[in-house]
Amino acid sequence: MGKKRKMPGLNTSSTADISFMLLIFFLVTTSMDTDQGLARTLPKPPEDDQLNNEIKVKERNILNIRINKDNYLLIGDDYSTLADVKERAKEFIKNADNKPNLPELKPKKIKGLGGKTMMVTENHVISVQTDRGTDYGVYFAVQDALVSAYNELRDELAKEEFGYKYEFLTNDQQKAIREVYPQKISEAEPKKYGGQK
Amino acid sequence: MSRFNKGAGREMPEMNTSSLPDLIFTILFFFMMVTTMREVTLKVKFEKPVGTQLEKLARKSCTSFIYIGQPTDALKGQFGTAHRIQLNDKYAEAPEIYDYVMSDRGELPEADKPFYTVSLKVDHHTPMGIITDVKQVLRKAYALKIVYSANKKQD
Repeated sequence: MGKKRKMPGLNTSSTADISFMLLIFFLVTTSMDTDQGLARTLPKPPEDDQLNNEIKVKERNILNIRINKDNYLLIGDDYSTLADVKERAKEFIKNADNKPNLPELKPKKIKGLGGKTMMVTENHVISVQTDRGTDYGVYFAVQDALVSAYNELRDELAKEEFGYKYEFLTNDQQKAIREVYPQKISEAEPKKYGGQK
Repeated sequence: MSRFNKGAGREMPEMNTSSLPDLIFTILFFFMMVTTMREVTLKVKFEKPVGTQLEKLARKSCTSFIYIGQPTDALKGQFGTAHRIQLNDKYAEAPEIYDYVMSDRGELPEADKPFYTVSLKVDHHTPMGIITDVKQVLRKAYALKIVYSANKKQD
């Protein structure tokens, strides 16, 4: 009487099976794909009073890239191919020789580089215009080439100033580099060319 | 009477499997963390463009997806081959994106709203006209952060 009996251990041999089933369930219902892509910021919607006085940008500060419905490229005034986009963009953004047809160079003091004054094409804009029939793939390839142009320029400067590639710099250093090469790709207002399509 | 044969009748001791569930649970939790629920069944098929300068999407919880492409093979007979926009589980027209964005963003906690991003998963043959329309609606809805979803170029 009153003798304490030992509680028998719970049989846990099936816990493994249960958790296996849960595991398999999750494997089936979830997707692993990490989404990657090109991030862009759209301009704010136009205010009514803003429509008439569009911001004037000097002609030399704009690089127009137009793509027509047959996916032919026009950079500035020249017919061109996808392979040229990057080089043209780099030349345009940097304007190393201070050419009169490329964007204005303005001296800018940059804190992150020890207050050094750099010549920066501060007001440059790259504008990509497409037709309604242009393939998205071509548009994307142009955008990709533009970003890679910026990244290469930033890498070059970062190596010069800090000895490392842009991605390995600290946040402050990256910010300084970004001040020299700000990314300015305009999402232009859509235009309709050539009738209905 | 060899001296090595003394345990002739002895059985192999059973392996202790009591930690097996813990192991599996660890794997389970790992998968629960790195994966996300597949949220929609795709009604359009798309082949994303390839790029080299891609960034990873920062926060998947604050992201809405818009799919654009041709209807899948099963639905082709019914809907034709024109490129369509898919929101959630159904086809939609561009103006409907406004409500979609508003309701999706409305569900987010206030602190996450500035990080709200729209990811465009678009087939590379889609004409830009559709995408331009979508972008105009997104601007109107003040969903200004977008991501052109793409695959990394294999080299």
